[in-house]
Amino acid sequence: MRGNGFLALAFHTLFIIFILAPIVVVCVVAFTPEGFLSYPTHTWSLRWFKAIARYPEFVDAFFASIWLGLLSSAISVALSVPAALAIARYRFRGREAITALFLSPLMIPHVVLGIAFLRFFTTIGIGGTFLGLVISHVVVVLPFALRLVLASAVGMDRSIENAAISLGASAGTTFRRVTLPLIAPGVASGWALAFIQSFDEVTMTVFIATPGTTTLPVRMFLYIQDNIDPLVTSVSACVIALTVAFLIVLDRLYGIERLLAGREVREDDR
Amino acid sequence: MSIAARRQAAAPWLLVGPALLLFVGVVLVPIAMTVLLSFHRWGQFTGIEPVFVLDNWIEVAEDPYFSEMFLRTFRISVIVTAAAVLLGAPEAYVLHRMRSPWKGIFLLIVLGPLLISVVARTLGWALLFGGETALVNLALLRLGVISEPLRFMFTETGVIIALTHVLVPFMVLSVWAALQRIDPRVDDAAVSLGASRVTVLWRIVLPQAVPGILGGAIIVFALAASAFATPAIIGGRRLKVASTLAYDEFLNTLNWPLGAAVAVLLLIALAAIIIGANRIVERRFAQVFE
Repeated sequence: MRGNGFLALAFHTLFIIFILAPIVVVCVVAFTPEGFLSYPTHTWSLRWFKAIARYPEFVDAFFASIWLGLLSSAISVALSVPAALAIARYRFRGREAITALFLSPLMIPHVVLGIAFLRFFTTIGIGGTFLGLVISHVVVVLPFALRLVLASAVGMDRSIENAAISLGASAGTTFRRVTLPLIAPGVASGWALAFIQSFDEVTMTVFIATPGTTTLPVRMFLYIQDNIDPLVTSVSACVIALTVAFLIVLDRLYGIERLLAGREVREDDR
Repeated sequence: MSIAARRQAAAPWLLVGPALLLFVGVVLVPIAMTVLLSFHRWGQFTGIEPVFVLDNWIEVAEDPYFSEMFLRTFRISVIVTAAAVLLGAPEAYVLHRMRSPWKGIFLLIVLGPLLISVVARTLGWALLFGGETALVNLALLRLGVISEPLRFMFTETGVIIALTHVLVPFMVLSVWAALQRIDPRVDDAAVSLGASRVTVLWRIVLPQAVPGILGGAIIVFALAASAFATPAIIGGRRLKVASTLAYDEFLNTLNWPLGAAVAVLLLIALAAIIIGANRIVERRFAQVFE
């Protein structure tokens, strides 16, 4: 019972068209030579890609997004590794509740988180700062990092650690030379997924971003709300191209389905 | 308790400590503050008054504008979930039966969009739905399915199509993961005993895919009900859902207490639906999950 019939493949083709159509359309329209939204029927032009350079608000927002993604994913991984080791190895009171709390940003609507952060940051006086953005992004991307680190911590063979300790290695050495290398695939894939989640986040960020500190998706969203023109299409096409490149690398390294399902990253057949 | 045992008991707390402090301080406290905020009073000229009144909740409960908007959010989420099941589950099965390298390539194409910015994907639908670039209507007219162009922008249909596109990969992922656990020899056994393809699909594959379908449905429903960017761009200012309404109250009207009430109600309704659905699923399919 392998292989698909004609009907299955016809359905599959339509499904793939459905999935790709909006993404492809953005990339094609971005090459229009006209001053309005249209398909580049006669010639393809880089006019609107060159135009991005004249709009510093997009360029600045792009770099802000990169910094925000790097910082928040790094912090969330640094918090996830010890937390995942504790959850994987110890049985302590409140373990289930704490795990649920750490994963809760996946289920709480991001609008609610955005409102809660806006209220909280304004009250404690860090409203509209980059610090506020970093804190909120750490919270939102931590579940993605935690799930992948946890999966590799649970699947780890502890006898290797015990061997290191019995041979006289200190706790610090054991962690650095044995534990960390063993969970490295989970840590790296968790970091990558956390970064991209931070880079894409718009719903929560739109509440706490201000014109001075804003991210690329928020800038694009606010721009589209006013009007849709070829400029925002070419910005979107750049974002899509960057994400696809990142995605193909991630898929080669870890397998996209494992990354998203939050299961253990291992070298086995696909 | 000896010192060693005490250190042993303290170890997990030291390890989860930093993340726990952050989450209590920056998740639980702000959400509690938001709940409290929903009971404050707001005036055009007075701003937020820190009093404890039920005004906002009464307004949300009595004004038909809010019930209509919540009903619309619910309706869109149910239809999107149904569409995701109907499209995503068969696609997961097709992917499951594919051979390498096609399997890997198409998994990447189907699941990859989850990592592409929601704003960029929704922009694609806005281009396909309206203006000079409205290919959807052009294709439907060409195929003779319709005789007049349909309206997709600023309609529920448009929001549903775009949201289904944004969320269906979660369904594929969930069903695909469930199908991976099936022992292919059971299929072969059924075929060797004379079962037709349809019988195998209906009696062997589908029952084992059900946990994946239900798990995926809960995820898709929750994300559809709390979706923001897609309904904001496709639905526009006229077609409000819960999250875009809360956004408007916060950033345009500046009536934070009322916006907080809408958001808290969305959170409570969603939590109740998800917990209820989980209960039913666990009771009904307890044997499948074991």
